[in-house]
Amino acid sequence: MLEIEIDGKQVQVPPGSTIMDAAQLVGAYIPHFCYHKKLSIAANCRMCLVQVEKAPKPLPACATPVSNGMKVFTHSELAVTAQKGVMEFLLINHPLDCPICDQGGECQLQDLAVGYGGGASRYQEAKRVVFHKDVGPLVSMQEMTRCIHCTRCVRFGQEIAGVMELGMANRNMHSEIQTFVGRTVDSELSGNMIDLCPVGALTSRPFRYSARSWELSRRKSVSPHDSLGSNLTVQVKNNRVMRVLPRENEDVNECWISDKDRFSYEGLNSAERLQKPMIRVDGALREVDWSVALDYVSHALKDVAKTHGGEAIASLASPGSTLEELYLLQKLTRALGSGSVDFRPRRRDFSTDGKRAGTPWLGLKLAEIKDLDSALVVGSFLRKDHPLFAQRLRQLAKKSGKVSLISVAGDDPLINLFAQITVSPSDLSVALGAVLKAVAQLKSVAVPMGLESIEPCASSKAIAASLLEGEGGTNKRAIFLGNVAEQSAQAAQLHVLASELARLTGATFGFIGEAANSVGGYVAQALPTALNAYEMFAQPRQAYILLGVEPELDCHNPQQAVAALKQAALVVMLSPFKSQAALDYADVLLPTTPFTETSGTFINTEGRVQGFNGVCRPLGDARPAWKVLRVLGNVLALSGFDFDSSEQVRDAIISSESHFAGGLDNALNGVSISLGATANGLQRIADVPIYFADALVRRGLALQQTQDALVPAVRMSAATLAQSGIAAGSQVRVKQGPGESLLLVKADENVPAGCVRVAAAHASTAALGDMFGSIIVERA
Amino acid sequence: MAILGAINPMLTVGLEGGDKTWHLDDYGKRGGYSALKRILAEKIPPEQVTNEVKKSVLRGRGGAGFPTGLKWSFMPKEYKGDTYIVCNSDEGEPGTFKDRDILLFNPHSVIEGMIIAGYAMGVGTGYNYIHGEIWEVYKRFEEALDEARAAGFLGKNILGSGFNFELFAHHGYGAYICGEETALLESIEGKKGQPRYKPPFPASFGLYGKPTTINNTETFGAVPFIMNLGADTYLEAGKANNGGTKLFSVSGHVNKPGNYEVPLGTPFSTLLEMAGGMRGGRKLKGCIPGGSSSPVVPGDIMMDCTMDYDSISKAGSMLGSGAVIVMDETTCMVKALERLSFFYYEESCGQCTPCREGTNWMYKIVHRIENGQGRPDDLDLLGSVTTNIMGRTICALGDAASMPVQSFIKHFRDEFAYHIEHKKCLVPLDVQRAGSGFFKATV
Amino acid sequence: MLTPESLKKIDREIAKYPADQKQSAVMAALAIAQEEQGWLSSEAIECVANYLGMAPIAAYEVASFYNMYDLKPVGKYKLTVCTNLPCMLSGGVDAGEYLKSKLGVGFNETTPDGKITLKEGECMGACGDAPVMLVNNRRMCSTMLPEQIDKLLAELE
Ligand SMILES: Cc1cc2nc3c(=O)[nH]c(=O)nc-3n(C[C@H](O)[C@H](O)[C@H](O)COP(=O)(O)O)c2cc1C
Ligand code: SF4
Ligand code: FES
Repeated sequence: MLEIEIDGKQVQVPPGSTIMDAAQLVGAYIPHFCYHKKLSIAANCRMCLVQVEKAPKPLPACATPVSNGMKVFTHSELAVTAQKGVMEFLLINHPLDCPICDQGGECQLQDLAVGYGGGASRYQEAKRVVFHKDVGPLVSMQEMTRCIHCTRCVRFGQEIAGVMELGMANRNMHSEIQTFVGRTVDSELSGNMIDLCPVGALTSRPFRYSARSWELSRRKSVSPHDSLGSNLTVQVKNNRVMRVLPRENEDVNECWISDKDRFSYEGLNSAERLQKPMIRVDGALREVDWSVALDYVSHALKDVAKTHGGEAIASLASPGSTLEELYLLQKLTRALGSGSVDFRPRRRDFSTDGKRAGTPWLGLKLAEIKDLDSALVVGSFLRKDHPLFAQRLRQLAKKSGKVSLISVAGDDPLINLFAQITVSPSDLSVALGAVLKAVAQLKSVAVPMGLESIEPCASSKAIAASLLEGEGGTNKRAIFLGNVAEQSAQAAQLHVLASELARLTGATFGFIGEAANSVGGYVAQALPTALNAYEMFAQPRQAYILLGVEPELDCHNPQQAVAALKQAALVVMLSPFKSQAALDYADVLLPTTPFTETSGTFINTEGRVQGFNGVCRPLGDARPAWKVLRVLGNVLALSGFDFDSSEQVRDAIISSESHFAGGLDNALNGVSISLGATANGLQRIADVPIYFADALVRRGLALQQTQDALVPAVRMSAATLAQSGIAAGSQVRVKQGPGESLLLVKADENVPAGCVRVAAAHASTAALGDMFGSIIVERA
Repeated sequence: MAILGAINPMLTVGLEGGDKTWHLDDYGKRGGYSALKRILAEKIPPEQVTNEVKKSVLRGRGGAGFPTGLKWSFMPKEYKGDTYIVCNSDEGEPGTFKDRDILLFNPHSVIEGMIIAGYAMGVGTGYNYIHGEIWEVYKRFEEALDEARAAGFLGKNILGSGFNFELFAHHGYGAYICGEETALLESIEGKKGQPRYKPPFPASFGLYGKPTTINNTETFGAVPFIMNLGADTYLEAGKANNGGTKLFSVSGHVNKPGNYEVPLGTPFSTLLEMAGGMRGGRKLKGCIPGGSSSPVVPGDIMMDCTMDYDSISKAGSMLGSGAVIVMDETTCMVKALERLSFFYYEESCGQCTPCREGTNWMYKIVHRIENGQGRPDDLDLLGSVTTNIMGRTICALGDAASMPVQSFIKHFRDEFAYHIEHKKCLVPLDVQRAGSGFFKATV
Repeated sequence: MLTPESLKKIDREIAKYPADQKQSAVMAALAIAQEEQGWLSSEAIECVANYLGMAPIAAYEVASFYNMYDLKPVGKYKLTVCTNLPCMLSGGVDAGEYLKSKLGVGFNETTPDGKITLKEGECMGACGDAPVMLVNNRRMCSTMLPEQIDKLLAELE
């Protein structure tokens, strides 16, 4: 520890700290622009100049390491003169029109100028004008004249997003932030640059000039979009969400959020918002009052139960539903005499149900990732499935952690990978088995049964070695199963292989988790005792209750799901939105609220229980789904449905004290390794495009204009294309079962041989079947 | 050939052959590589080499004048992994053109110097960063490297000593700032030439983040002579605390502009004589003794100076890179400063706020004054802008840009005031024109 | 995009640096590309970037930072005149004026026949030979008084 003095205050700091670090410890504020705790030090703005005893010149606090006995003066005359001098330079070429600047009121330059700026400008020359740029629908670079060249945005791209999209071109006072020849900024984390920009140069394009910061009320919330549960500050004006910003939580999202979290709010006011209950009367959906709708639903459900038995009813929820909603739905379904309830619509293999020791979860705390020495991710489109989880792995790889990836596409995760294995979905378990076998061989212990026939390749051996490094010592290692691993037909095998691998290496293992309540759904017991999410459509039911799902986009096999829904006598849909497809198969549409208009709880991938309140009133007659389900229970005269608040519902599931869910356990009992024969024929690889993953992002206007939201093409390697006699760039007919789609085909060497990448969750592929499995591609 | 004269020279001995006598065997005839051979043959301990350089009081010829031996001793001893030495031949300081001639006419002296330095610091790889505009020098140096490789002075196990050293040339492409040592390192790494904040210093975090020592071309070029003559003889060639000889690049209003190698401490008047005296016998108005970044010195004061670090700093300036810019009374000092201010504004790398904004502001003001738009308070404003830049930037370009402004106004304030008041030069335009001597060829 | 010859030259530069530091060759690679194509189109810059495995914008930063790269097409001959103070004292500025009047173009302009682009340069480290000018970044011409300039222009075909 070093002992130093700042403005007379003594403080102890670890060696290697800078004056800025030390100042923050004693709460001495040093003005700055280029410095940011998560970015490398640039020391270019020079705003943080302070006086250091015995130093002839003022020194930049952000870059000057402290030495023992150092005396620092942050507000001495020398320091303040220097700071004022820098401020004058920053302002001479900066427009002084704060009242018309979008950043006005939340601008660091404006704030500091008040304290450090001179009165009248001594600068009588012509001001610099910088041409505006168009870099896509999310980030606005309309006012680059305001840029103060702190290069935070550039460093963010290089260091956090993992891709350098912005740079500072030219030199001297003509230095200019720009993309390469007017390209768009496509990073899934790009919005954070807006927060980082200390002035009004980079602003939010959707938010631009829609409100002034002081008109907005700030409310806490939690992101519903992925298993991280990023903490949000939602800003509201006249009961309308105007902007979403990160709420710093070092243990969860640090100070970042993904563009999905940030810009999806536009979907909240989509034209497709369902604002009144609707019932199908002689073929056509009609708007009705809640009382009528609920009456109708309860009678209809009772009828089905009476005439066909409770098992004729099945319920399916989105894994993005709140804990309370999931709990009430399963309670209601069971009370109606059915065990067919589930919250895992994209799952295919359910054979671990009933064999799990507890609730599947990440296996460690998110904050522990940075301390890992090696990590293996299996079956994931990392960046697109889990933008910020991937970011943590990116930082880990930077500080020499060995991160490896076994998956079904060679997409660049922008992580400095130690090893990467890309295989057909049907070979995923074989690939993981190979690593397991290599581990056994390296440790010279018996090779687990079922792996006899596999021959580990060089990469699997390397990965095995990386997982064994420092075994028994202090080295921390982890294995993560991604969305593909859970959606795959081999999910159970991958699960048991991973647990075996963890056992042999001493690593932890777990699931990254697909959605906001991928853990919560288990805690809420929204699990089948009869038909699961796949079977309930494979064996069509008489009645379906759908909570927040859009089966044509959210199910593993949309073709099968929609067929089942069409034949059903009754489809009750609780949803904030009415999709075209729904108008077709739904008999009752009950308008429920998105996360911003209800209170509820998400349990994130590390088991963290995060409750939140609504940030604005429900739109139209929409009602929180937990209330709708509760009232439905009452109308059906079911017992145990008298809750007055979502908190009461939560308390029925977990104690209000617990910040982390109990019973988290990834262990399996009674599942043995048995690798199926590798499939033959073309295999489908279905990714879930980042901006089609759930009902809300699908309706985010700006997000829908990004590169990631383009109509997905069919992708095959040049070789596979040649074998199928298909020309890249041509139209193809893609078939699964009775369904087919007409799509454009692109050559893509990231797709393994014998595979076809056809995205799920998109209208253009809704007619198709299983996400993974056989598929036919023909010239159209 | 622009090495026009010398007093008991070393670096430039026997270079009369100019383009014909740069080759390895010519250098050999001049005693070249004997120092290296001796060191390797006698297995002289590396630290002894460094000490010899220390004793010679060789001071860096790149501008800062930092004691070279001391700098070498900053390199970590038992460092695992690669370390580097880099030669700074990015001679961009206006008025300086000595390194170019050294590399053109005596490239092997620099190569030998670098090999010896590599040996002294236990470094295996060197780069020579060569100024962009002098392509033929870059080509010449690459040829010289091939000769040295062929002769076994570079590569693995040099002369059977077990010492390995490789040396490469890196060609700049037009950026004065890359002369600053850390900008130069960034540039070699394939980035914009933007200086790094120090600490950490190159000796701990240099090229590719590895320990690195940077020296000027002339500095490395002097090393073989120190090793041959011995530190004391070398030191005596100059004067106390100012070891050895130095190449001075004399430009401007003299009859024989060019490079002159003289012992440090030689009177300026002598140097001026060697350079053929003032053009057209005119009077010395002012002199910039150490490259454009050093403060201008009025003629009469300059005439009393000797050419060494101490005397020049007493005169309120710096020996810097030894670029002597001579200005006679036909010079408009406002125009002279305007051009220099433009240069620093143009060459600012753009990262530090004070330099990026300040250099441009200063240029705009001086430009106004030169073009009859000056305002009474402009001179004070300029003064205050310089103080807001100096000492507040990452590298010294901010200071380099400010010192000319301060010194020109300090010593020639009346001329600036006249400009502001009468909206024209004190020195009539035709007189200025005559001064350049450009048109005398035609008239 | 670039010819095999150019790529061979680039490989030779890459070899100067540690295996994991290909980017160090970017300045040379851009110079080689410019020599081959006369100027640096964004296609050329991207090609270099991809060849060296760096972000295109990173290569663009370099191309736009250093003076001697031309991001716009230039004439067959690019004449860069040093007008910095030491040269100015010996006619650098006059030489610039002389060229402007002879060619009928200003700095950063190209003669109508597309033959010569005139540029103002910074110190070339050759002040002793003032006035100096550089032809196509490669050939340095010393003591360029009127008759030498006339000779040079006559010779540039
Ligand atoms: C703006 C600026 C330009 C510089 N230009 C040069 C140069 O052209 N050549 C040089 O040798 N040193 C130059 N230097 C000094 C170098 O940073 C460094 O001090 C020097 O190369 C060290 O070598 P030496 O110790 O042998 O002098 C420059 C410094 C600054 C701040
Ligand atoms: S002082 Fe100027 S040149 Fe030096 S680093 Fe700062 S901006 Fe760049
Ligand atoms: S914050 Fe320290 S220089 Fe910018």
